[in-house]
Amino acid sequence: MTVDRRKFLKIAGLSAAFGLGGKTAVDIFAPGELFASAGSAVPVATNQKKWAMVIDMKKCLEEQEKGKCNQCMAACHRVHNVPNFGDNIKEEMKWIWQESYEHLFPSQHNEFISEDVKEKPFIALCNHCENPPCCRVCPTKSTWRREDGVVMMDLHRCIGCRFCMAACPFGSRSFNWGDPRKAPKELNPDFPTNMNYPTRTKGVVEKCNFCDERLGVGKIPVCVETCQNINVHALIFGDLNDPASEIRKLLHSRYSIRRKTELGTEPKVYYLI
Amino acid sequence: MTFYDRGTILPGLIIGLCLFLSPFIYNGGKAGKAPVPELTPKAKEAKQCVAPKPYMTAWHMQLLDNWRQEVVREGSRYFNANQDLWWNNQFDGQLLEKWRRFITSSDASTPGATGKTYYKSLQVTCMECHSNKSKFCDECHNYLGVSPYCWDCHVQPKEDKQ
Amino acid sequence: MLERALKGSPGYWWLLGSLLAVMTVGVVCYITQFNEGLKITGMSRDISWGLYIAQFTYLVGIAAGGVMVVLPYYIHDYKAFGRITILGEFLAIAAVIMCLLFIFVDIGNPVRMLNVILYPSPRSILFWDMIVLNGYLFLNIIVGWNVLAAERKGVQYKKWVKFLAYVSIPWAFSIHTVTAFLYAGIPGRHLWITAIMAARFLSSAFAAGPSLLLLLCLLVRKLTKFDPGKEQLRTLGGIITYAMILNCFFLLLEVFTAFYSGIPEHQSSLVYLYAGLDGHSRLVPWMWTSVFFCVVALVLLVIPALRRNETTLALGCVAVFIGTWIDKGVGLVIGGFIPNPFHKVIEYMPTAREIIICLAIWATGFFVLTILYKIAISIKEEVGVTNH
Repeated sequence: MTVDRRKFLKIAGLSAAFGLGGKTAVDIFAPGELFASAGSAVPVATNQKKWAMVIDMKKCLEEQEKGKCNQCMAACHRVHNVPNFGDNIKEEMKWIWQESYEHLFPSQHNEFISEDVKEKPFIALCNHCENPPCCRVCPTKSTWRREDGVVMMDLHRCIGCRFCMAACPFGSRSFNWGDPRKAPKELNPDFPTNMNYPTRTKGVVEKCNFCDERLGVGKIPVCVETCQNINVHALIFGDLNDPASEIRKLLHSRYSIRRKTELGTEPKVYYLI
Repeated sequence: MTFYDRGTILPGLIIGLCLFLSPFIYNGGKAGKAPVPELTPKAKEAKQCVAPKPYMTAWHMQLLDNWRQEVVREGSRYFNANQDLWWNNQFDGQLLEKWRRFITSSDASTPGATGKTYYKSLQVTCMECHSNKSKFCDECHNYLGVSPYCWDCHVQPKEDKQ
Repeated sequence: MLERALKGSPGYWWLLGSLLAVMTVGVVCYITQFNEGLKITGMSRDISWGLYIAQFTYLVGIAAGGVMVVLPYYIHDYKAFGRITILGEFLAIAAVIMCLLFIFVDIGNPVRMLNVILYPSPRSILFWDMIVLNGYLFLNIIVGWNVLAAERKGVQYKKWVKFLAYVSIPWAFSIHTVTAFLYAGIPGRHLWITAIMAARFLSSAFAAGPSLLLLLCLLVRKLTKFDPGKEQLRTLGGIITYAMILNCFFLLLEVFTAFYSGIPEHQSSLVYLYAGLDGHSRLVPWMWTSVFFCVVALVLLVIPALRRNETTLALGCVAVFIGTWIDKGVGLVIGGFIPNPFHKVIEYMPTAREIIICLAIWATGFFVLTILYKIAISIKEEVGVTNH
C-alpha cells in the first residue's frame, strides 16, 4: 500500500477533527507541556487559534521609569541568537526593540500631545498582520501567514531578495548583511547565546516569529513570559478567537491603538495607552 | 592514412590521460578506508536511533530534510518512526519488516523500543546523543566530499579538543 | 553567423578587451561579496535596495524601449524601421541580460535562486517579473536571430517569426508594467504607491531606450559602412520627444498631487529628493542635475530646428539618457526608502565595490551588445542594406 506522507497527515488531521485523537493524540504528538498545564494566559480552545499580543504601555512605561527595563528585548535576542551590532545601524538586527511614540505612530503625533507618551519609548515588533504585504510579495513563499496568525519565516528557503523588507510598512524585518557569527565579538562575547536555537546564515531576512518554537511545545513567547516573571505583565499574549481570553477582555475594556491601520494590513499587536 | 599534427596531438593525449589517472596513481590503486561513524557512550547506551540504523545510514539527509519541512512549514514537531516512517516508499521493504518485527517482538519491552516519540530537531535531539560531530558527522562527510550547509545556521555542540 | 564575431578590426578587439577587463575586476569584487555577504555594499536595514535594483529598474526600461522601433515596423508597416529593428532587438537582449545580472548580484543567497521556480508564487510580482523578463529575452533572441538569418539569405522570414514579433510588442509593455508593479503595489512606501507608476516607467523607457538606440545608430554609422538612415533617426527623434514630454509631465503630476493634497507622507520623499529632509540632502544635487538635463533635453528636442540637426539631436539624447537615469536609476528606488517606516531619514551611499560591480554589469551588457551588433552589421554590410 502506498500512502504518501501528505495523505497520512491529512488522515491524521481528519481523525483529529472528528475527535478520534483527544488526549492520546496530544500525548503522542506533543508530549510534555500542554497548554492547559502551562498556567499562562493561553486558554485551551478547540477552535482555530489566532495569536495576538497586547502591550499595556502604561505598565511598560511605569517599569521603564523605575530603571531602564529592557528585559523582554534582552530575553528575545538571547533566546533567538540575535546578534548585537551596537551603533552600526547599517547591519542592525532586531526582533523586538524600542521606538519613540512619534516614530511608531507618525500620523498620530501632534505637538501638544500628552507628556505621558511624548518621546516615550514604545515596544515595537513584527505585527503579525492578518493581511501581510511581506507574504504577498515573497517570490518563494519563504514568509507566509499561518492559520494561527503567526507570520512565519522559512529560513531554509529565503533567497534574500529583500522584497519583504520593502513591503513591510513597519520596518519589522532585518537582513543578514553578513554572517551573524561574525558580528563584533566584543558586543557578542558568548554568541550564539542559545545552544538550542540556530543562528542564521548570511543573506536571509529574519524577524520576530512570535516564538513559534515555543508555541509549538505549549509555551508562550519568551518576551511575554519574561515580562510576567518580573511581575510587570505589560505584555499579554493570547487567542483573539477566544472571547474569554485575557487579551479579548483587555481589548474590550480598554482603548487600544494599532500601527498604521489605514494601510489595511490588520496588525495583531495592540497598544493600550 | 596520414596522421596530421602528430607532434601536438600525441603529447596532448598523453598529458590528458595522465591528468585523468592521477587520482588513481596518487592513491596507489587502492580505495581509501571508509570511516565508521563513532558513537558516544550516550548514543551506545540508547541502542537505537530515531529510526532503524540502516535507514539512518542511508537516508538521514532525507529524514532531516523532511523534518525541517514539517517543523517549519507544517508546525509538526514530533517524530515517531512507527507512525511516521511506514509511508516512506524510499524505505527498503525488508528493513521495514525487520523493524516492525523488532518493535513487536519481546525486545519491545526494552524501554523506548516501542517507537519512542522524538522532538524533531537536529540541534536539540540529534546532537544531544551525537555530541561528537567531528567523529560522527564530519569524518564521513569529508571522506565523501560533501559539505552539508546545516552548520551555517545550526549550532554544533562544543567538543573537547583532543 | 556567430563566426562573424570572431573577425574584426583591432579597434573591435580593443573594445572587447577593455570591456572584458572591467568585467574581470567586477567578478573579483563579486567574489568578495559572495563570500562576505551584501555588507560590502552601502545598503542597510533601512535602505534595503540600492544601486543594483535601481540599475535593474532602469535597464528594464531600456529593454522595453527597443519596442519603439519594432512596433512602427510591424504594426504600422513603417518600412524605414525595417533597417534598424534588429538593432533595437539586440539592444533589448543586452539590456535584459544586464537586468538579470543585476537581480542576481542583489540576491543575498544566490545559490538558492532556483527556489523561485521550485516554489512558484503567483501572488508575488517578482515571480511574474522573472517570467516576463526571461520571456522577452527569448522572444528577442529568436525573432532577432531569425530575421537576421533570413536577411543574410535574402529571403523573407517565416510566418511564425512574424507572429513572435507581434507577441513581443505587448510583451515589451508588460516587462515594464510588471516592473512598475513591483513598486506600485507596496503599502507604506508613498513615493511608489501611485497609479501612474507604470505609465511613468513606460514613458521614461520610451524616451531613454530609443535615445540610447539613436546614439548607437550614430556610432554605427561613424564606425562601419552601415548607415541606419537619416529618416530613421529623424523618426526616432520624434518618438523620443513625445515620450520625454510625457515623462516630465507625469513627474509633475506626482508633484502636484503630493503638494496640493498636502498629505505629509506623499510629500516627504519628494522633499527629501529635491530639497533635503531633516538636514539630510545627499541626493539633492543629483536630482537637480536630473532636472537640468531633462530641461536641456526638452529644449533640444522640442525645437524642430534643433531636433533635425543631428548634433543637437545627439546631445538631446545624451541629456535624456542622463536625466532619466538619475531620476529612475537613483532617485526613484532610493528615494522610496526615505524616510523609513519610522519617519526617520537614513541615507545611502554606495561603496566602491558596489559601484565596480555595477560598472562590470554595464560592461557585460556592452560586451554582448558589441558582439551582437558586430554580427548584425557585418551581415548588413554584406547584403548591401539596400533591400529594405
